[in-house]
Amino acid sequence: MYSYVINHRPAPGFEDDGPYAIAVVQLAEGPRMMTSLAGVASTPEELILDIPLRVTFERRGDVFLPVFTPAAAPSGAPRGAGR
Amino acid sequence: MSRGPGVIIAGAAETDQVGRLPGHSTLALHMEAAVNAVRDAGLNLRDIDGIATVSVPGPVQVAHALGILPRWIDGTGVGGTSFLLHVRHAAAAIQAGYARTVLVTHGESGRSRIGAAPFRIPPSSPAGQFEAPYGTFGPTTTFTITALRYMKDFGLTHEQLAYVAVAQRRWAAKNPRAAYRDPITVEDVLASRLIAYPFHLLECCLVTDGGGALVITSADRAGDFAKPPVYVLGTGESAETPMISQLADFTESRAFRLAGQAAFAEAGVGVRDVNHLMIYDAFAHVPIYGLEALGFVGKGEAGGFIADGNTEPGGRLPLNTNGGGLSYTHTGMYGMFAITEAVRQVRGEAAAQIEAPDISVVLGNGGAFATAGVLVLGRQPS
Repeated sequence: MYSYVINHRPAPGFEDDGPYAIAVVQLAEGPRMMTSLAGVASTPEELILDIPLRVTFERRGDVFLPVFTPAAAPSGAPRGAGR
Repeated sequence: MSRGPGVIIAGAAETDQVGRLPGHSTLALHMEAAVNAVRDAGLNLRDIDGIATVSVPGPVQVAHALGILPRWIDGTGVGGTSFLLHVRHAAAAIQAGYARTVLVTHGESGRSRIGAAPFRIPPSSPAGQFEAPYGTFGPTTTFTITALRYMKDFGLTHEQLAYVAVAQRRWAAKNPRAAYRDPITVEDVLASRLIAYPFHLLECCLVTDGGGALVITSADRAGDFAKPPVYVLGTGESAETPMISQLADFTESRAFRLAGQAAFAEAGVGVRDVNHLMIYDAFAHVPIYGLEALGFVGKGEAGGFIADGNTEPGGRLPLNTNGGGLSYTHTGMYGMFAITEAVRQVRGEAAAQIEAPDISVVLGNGGAFATAGVLVLGRQPS
């Protein structure tokens, strides 16, 4: 986890999520990317910079989006506030 | 400037009012600012032979509306710093003989959105593909995302970040045109509602309507105008990335640094020569990045430098003396207002006038650390 914000003014389509994190993660392979976080509360207490994450995929309509979840969490942990 | 007599800002003005102007279209804001700037220079619109502005509405529409048939056009549109780049490009054009008197205009109905382009991220753009799917919603969700990394790496505290807004409000209190003038404390800032953690409302810029314009011409005409000339001593520009996630290092802006180095080198001045500074402040962390990128303080020192009072009234490096985007006005592309305030300070006609500065530096930002422009302005030709 390289950095993040917790957004309190939801984008259209995200109104039901409550405050949600938008994160930038540093991939082991080198690049960085923006992403969402799954399986973790969107609070400063839970979102600690540099915690290890692993990729998981979230269905959005007919596409799957790469999102990240704390590496220690069980595989396939549901997102705190689903959509 | 290194070649020829250099250029001056001969006229600079804003719209009659800034703030909430639902009776002004975007084009009307450009026109009002343009007429005010040309009048400020003691010129007539028929004296203008070059035009520069961003779209929308763009230089063709602005020139036509003002009755200008230009022989030089610049439509550079790289976000809020575009007007600093227009000054730089105009300086080159004037010294090349492509134009004699250039008008740079800004008008933006940021709050009322009258005649403004709809806010839409094309799905095929980098941001549409790699940011929007994660719920980004404008600069509050992208420009801000570097801050926590900086805070962790350099120990910047929430209180120090909040103090940027406190310091600038102290300047705004002296400026009758500022949107917000009441004094605030760190506690007030931290108690204002969260917009995008770690940013609270008072750490985010205003969204207003307004405009500004500049008249740029050759320095060999310095004595010909209504107001004292402001010399353009050095300029710089750069760009880093269209997407904040690809900024090489979240704790610094390479574009800020590169543009600053070019401008200071051309002007032949160092940070110790600078008496007045304007740094684009869409959010409270941007002046921190700017102070460090320009070399006024070392890496990680800017938060403490501001919190120690160095940049507020009475401090040794007056910064954002109009109150900035946080307290004065922010139409969306704020760069013009940073330039007009620097001009007022160098002329000695600002609302919160400091001892008239010999050297004023303006740092503009475009997008989310995407682009940068720097101007070194002076009261004397060198």
